[in-house]
Amino acid sequence: MGPNLLANYGEAVSAILFCIGFTNLLLQTNLIKKIIGLNIMDSAIYLFLAEKGYIAGRVAPIVVNGVTSTEAYINPIPAGLVLTGIVVSVSVTALMLSLTIRLYTRYHTLDLDEISAQLKREGK
Amino acid sequence: MSRKKPAAEYQKTFAFRFFRWLSGSKDPYLGEVEMQPQKEFQPDPEATLRHEKEHDAILDKVYDSERNMEMKLFRKLYHGTSILFCLFLIALLLVTISWLPATGTVNRPVNNEVTERYIEKGLEETGAVNIVAGMILDYRAFDTLGESHVLFVATITVLILLRLNKTEKDEAEVSDRRFEPKNDAILQLVATFLVPIIIIFGIYIILNGHLGPGGGFSGGAVIGAGLVLYLNAFGFKKTERFFTEKTYKWICFFSLSFYCLAKSYSFYTGANHLHSVIPKGTPGAILSSGLILPLNIAVGLVVACTIYAFYAMFRKGGF
Repeated sequence: MGPNLLANYGEAVSAILFCIGFTNLLLQTNLIKKIIGLNIMDSAIYLFLAEKGYIAGRVAPIVVNGVTSTEAYINPIPAGLVLTGIVVSVSVTALMLSLTIRLYTRYHTLDLDEISAQLKREGK
Repeated sequence: MSRKKPAAEYQKTFAFRFFRWLSGSKDPYLGEVEMQPQKEFQPDPEATLRHEKEHDAILDKVYDSERNMEMKLFRKLYHGTSILFCLFLIALLLVTISWLPATGTVNRPVNNEVTERYIEKGLEETGAVNIVAGMILDYRAFDTLGESHVLFVATITVLILLRLNKTEKDEAEVSDRRFEPKNDAILQLVATFLVPIIIIFGIYIILNGHLGPGGGFSGGAVIGAGLVLYLNAFGFKKTERFFTEKTYKWICFFSLSFYCLAKSYSFYTGANHLHSVIPKGTPGAILSSGLILPLNIAVGLVVACTIYAFYAMFRKGGF
């Protein structure tokens, strides 16, 4: 164990959230719950990035009174990365949900095991 | 000098049979090989039924997830392994995190010269008070263009996946009327007051993106939420007066192509050290920071339309 686990409690929480989402993805058979698990993983990544950018005692990177020294502001790059992540997550979620709707109209169930059983029963 | 054979004699020679075979005028098997006419297929209903029954029984036995011992065992093994794997992953990540530099300190690899450059030169070079906006819409504008395109492509894919034909569209209209709130007095009254405020707030966030927290993505999401509330309160009849698939298409087309052209221009001038005609303005004024404000508006339009389009397509399959 390293020395900074308590100081990095935000990152620790994000790691645990990430694994919770991943377990959801592995263990749930319901497709909607799988998608929720993936979104939990996304949120964990945003938390991790926000923690990476934070510097104690500094303010958000919006220039006040013309002060442009690195001493005054936190890191702006993780904020931009989180923005990218959110956009991609929204798009992927919408795509997965629409695919789920198509699966539901075809098999009348959201259970993945049920769907694969039906597929095998049909001999495919 | 050749001699001409009589026909009866010639027919006995090998040459005659060979050339007859070559031209295909006589089937060599006909009359030589024993042949029987093929029997017509007689379906045996009993046998077919028996086969089908056997087939179904085998399938039922194999895919009976309740009583199939192997499947049960596999499922238990799978659950146990995945939980163990996730615990292992948590432990691994926590150990890694405990060795990372402490949060909140300055001397971390994240805070490198790129960050310094953005903060120290950002206001001067982009003219945006909000350094994040200056970063994503000026230094890294191609990244944001890609994001807008990701949203656009996602909408198109959802449109393709959920597309309905003519009869399905009418059915969707009927079922939409049955399941969704229609002419709800409370919702309509609340929406009458809230929708203008929400949309004005969204416009404020977009126009203020280079001066404070906000920007095209968040403002567009707020405007989209206002449109969704309006749709919920008043139904598709009212929204279709000003927002249809065609409107969506044209707004997205113009926003994305404007973004692309404007940013191509500024990258071209920047890379070739040419003088850009776009004025920077005084930092802090609403009309400042060059291209960031129009780009924010373009991104906001795309995001607002996308949010509304997602909602409409998931509710009715089209709009």
